[in-house]
Amino acid sequence: MTKMDTPEDIRGPEVKEGVDQETVDAVRNVSTYKYGWDTEIEMDYAPMGLNEDIVRLISAKNEEPEWMTDWRLQAYRRWLEKEEPSWAMVDYPEIDFQKQYYYARPKSMEVKPKSLDEVDPKLLETYQKLGIPLKEQMILAGVEAPEAPEGEEEAPRRVAVDAVFDSVSVGTTFQKELKEAGVIFCSISEAIREHPELVKKYLGSVVPVSDNFYATLNSAVFSDGSFVYVPPGVRCPMELSTYFRINAENTGQFERTLIIADKGSYVSYLEGCTAPQRDTAQLHAAVVEIIIEEDAEVKYSTVQNWFPGDENGKGGIYNFVTKRADCRGDRAKVMWTQVETGSAVTWKYPSCILRGDDAQGEFYSIAIANNFQQADTGTKMIHLGKNTKSRIVSKGISAGRAQNTYRGLVSVHPKAKNARNYTQCDSLLIGDKCGAHTVPYIEVKNNSSRVEHEATTSKVDDDQLFYCRSRGMDEEEAVALVVNGFCKDVLQALPMEFAMEAQQLVAISLEGSVG
Amino acid sequence: MTALTNAQRARQRLAEQKAQVSEARIAALAPAPQAGWSAEARADALSRLRAEGLPHPRDEYWKYTRPESLTQAEAPAAAIFTTDEKGIFDAIDRVNVVFVDGVFSEELSSDLALEGVSIERLAETTSDIHWASGLYGKLEKAGQDPVARPLAALNTYAATDGLLIRVTAKATKPVALQYVHNSETSDAMLHHVVKLEEGADLTLLENGPAAARFNKVMEVDVADGASFHHIRAQGRDHERRAVTHIFARLGTESTFKSFTMTVNGVLTRNEVVVEFTGNDAVAHVAGAAVGDGDFHHDDTVFITHDAVNCESRQVFKKVLKNGARGVFQGKILVKPDAQKTDGYQISQSLLLDDDSQFLAKPELEIYADDVACSHGSTSGAIDDDAMFYLRSRGVPEHEAQDLLVIAFLASAMEEIEDETLRDIMLGRITEWLERRRG
Repeated sequence: MTKMDTPEDIRGPEVKEGVDQETVDAVRNVSTYKYGWDTEIEMDYAPMGLNEDIVRLISAKNEEPEWMTDWRLQAYRRWLEKEEPSWAMVDYPEIDFQKQYYYARPKSMEVKPKSLDEVDPKLLETYQKLGIPLKEQMILAGVEAPEAPEGEEEAPRRVAVDAVFDSVSVGTTFQKELKEAGVIFCSISEAIREHPELVKKYLGSVVPVSDNFYATLNSAVFSDGSFVYVPPGVRCPMELSTYFRINAENTGQFERTLIIADKGSYVSYLEGCTAPQRDTAQLHAAVVEIIIEEDAEVKYSTVQNWFPGDENGKGGIYNFVTKRADCRGDRAKVMWTQVETGSAVTWKYPSCILRGDDAQGEFYSIAIANNFQQADTGTKMIHLGKNTKSRIVSKGISAGRAQNTYRGLVSVHPKAKNARNYTQCDSLLIGDKCGAHTVPYIEVKNNSSRVEHEATTSKVDDDQLFYCRSRGMDEEEAVALVVNGFCKDVLQALPMEFAMEAQQLVAISLEGSVG
Repeated sequence: MTALTNAQRARQRLAEQKAQVSEARIAALAPAPQAGWSAEARADALSRLRAEGLPHPRDEYWKYTRPESLTQAEAPAAAIFTTDEKGIFDAIDRVNVVFVDGVFSEELSSDLALEGVSIERLAETTSDIHWASGLYGKLEKAGQDPVARPLAALNTYAATDGLLIRVTAKATKPVALQYVHNSETSDAMLHHVVKLEEGADLTLLENGPAAARFNKVMEVDVADGASFHHIRAQGRDHERRAVTHIFARLGTESTFKSFTMTVNGVLTRNEVVVEFTGNDAVAHVAGAAVGDGDFHHDDTVFITHDAVNCESRQVFKKVLKNGARGVFQGKILVKPDAQKTDGYQISQSLLLDDDSQFLAKPELEIYADDVACSHGSTSGAIDDDAMFYLRSRGVPEHEAQDLLVIAFLASAMEEIEDETLRDIMLGRITEWLERRRG
């Protein structure tokens, strides 16, 4: 799998040509947000607003044991004492947390389906529209690797998917095969019921209940999400994927993901998100916790394409996400890759705690903000162990009237001897009404470590544009091509099928930003 | 809900604490001179200070530097550092103005007459009308947004003296300000205003530890086509504390260059706030700091581009040893119409041992698209290969280390345009390194 990520494989001649065509097609696409439809499904809502009863109700709907209900209530009480953070460079109208639905589930899910066949076909249709291979038989072209590179096994690549619709996980594929490998991949509500000892041990151990305002809110009201446990020495036989979709109006989605990679294991996890087009802003506050034991490795890739609001800045998702990976054991390794193209407001800092000696953290990010989007995103690399290494590559693109901020921390503790960090953040501005900002914090507390930080801000190079134009491309195509080149370092870090999707997204997100 | 949340209570407590510290500090101030023309600006500064409160460790821009010793009512005592060294600028033909513990010394100062330059003292100009009233506290006030600098407001309110320098032509020699530290408990507050008229040119030199605690503000207005060069040496006095602010406003095609060399001092915070208001101007701000032991040095620089085709450059280097701490907070803000901006910023530190720390926050905030802005920040130890090379050529370890330190500082020192001054500064730093080696 790792071999597939190398540049040659992704950008081989055949693939490249195809991708370019797709990018071009995407640019021609009339609709700006092609996931903007909604599905008419009867929903079962909890009453609007938030109080202890709602928290209890969510817990009861998920058939949770008492310890979990208490855990949530404790979080809720802590949340009441907290204030929304205001330090990020994002500006949005005050959110009325009492005007949200904290729980919505498709009516047909009231009686839990025994298998995927019993799931409301409308739901499956939704995912089909999204291009998610929910049913095991439906391995769509974009998901299956076209051809394994030479020297690799010939087996087609498969992806196990957990799909979350509004608040509820609607189905997880490839259950049997994963079970054989010993991998647990299920919804978090199922994990709370079936594997309480694992959940009790790890939930809240990386992102504590009262970590920050949004994480605390999530701890109180999360309704579903994914749970992954990879036992010692197991290499997860396929990529795991979760697809999140917000469908109902005025609902907040609060999913919780918990990934545990036990000693010497490996897992690659993909996350994708979309939401229908709505006039009113919708709230999304997720928490992702990853625990990585000795010699284990986790790759976490996200393509975030929540509805960004229309070209006048109306509607869109407010995306407040806390993601953190804890490299507990020696030589543990984590790699975050994110493509952030959606959301009206993004507030997201996937972080790495490099606790074990020789642990490694990597963060690759593309953040695109167009129209009135605002993104404040980055990472934290906390070096605690000896010889820990981290690498940050962040590419921010602003267009229209958008504001895009990289905010990051590299902290090297006195005991983290021989730590190494390299950070590169580049910003690209398209148009003179947008903004690009860089706010890095660098704290080095010993001298055997080397920390390097570089940042640049520039506009799309006129010479490059001219070159493309002189080859017959129109301006939008040319910009899309230049931007894709600008993002190359990060796109290459994505698993193959995500890289393809991301390239298209880059082009779509920038539509209407030139000319 | 009427009950306050924990967060609200914490904020209220913080505001109360800040008010308490501010009032105690205000009450302990030395009486300001008879105000006259500066009265209005001083009253305005006091109300701003009261509204904001003095810095607190919880403030974003005081994360890395503890402000307590700068904000407490009484200055912490500082032993006087005696040295046989000659004044760093003694060899330069200059107008020398001496302040001993913040008090002007007529005896030690030279004649203030200089062609094309008028030099007056803040404490002596108490009439109701003065040219400096258009600048005093004005540039400082403009520099409080978006980040508050309450210690500068405190200075505007309470400064006891300072120079009002008006330059109308190219000055024939530099003006040097020499600050002598002579009392273990002195708490000096000086406020200078420098106005460079169109096409004027002045080099301003500053050196000396000044006082046990020193709060200095300098407001510089550089008119169209004028140039201002500023070279500062903050000496080897170990126990002194200093907070300095420079607020500069640059007109069309003007030049502003400021370089600071700092060696030791338990606490130094140098803030430089530059605003480009005219097109095609240039601002360079640079610093070299060498700290050994109980040393905390903080460079906080804010450059605001609000004009077209301006160039700003920040180069800061720090060499840290024996638990010394270096802080760099720099920002380039490019406003929406400041096209063709060229902004550059580099902050680097060389950590000579494991106890030293480097804390940096290099920021870019950019609202215009046709710009080229970059910043870099690095931290690390002496390169083993370079050291090995020198040792293999027979250079003793200490000497090799000094050579590499000088090489590391070189690109900051090169920001000093005047060769004579550059050589003086370089000579002094080499000498200091040698002395330390003993």
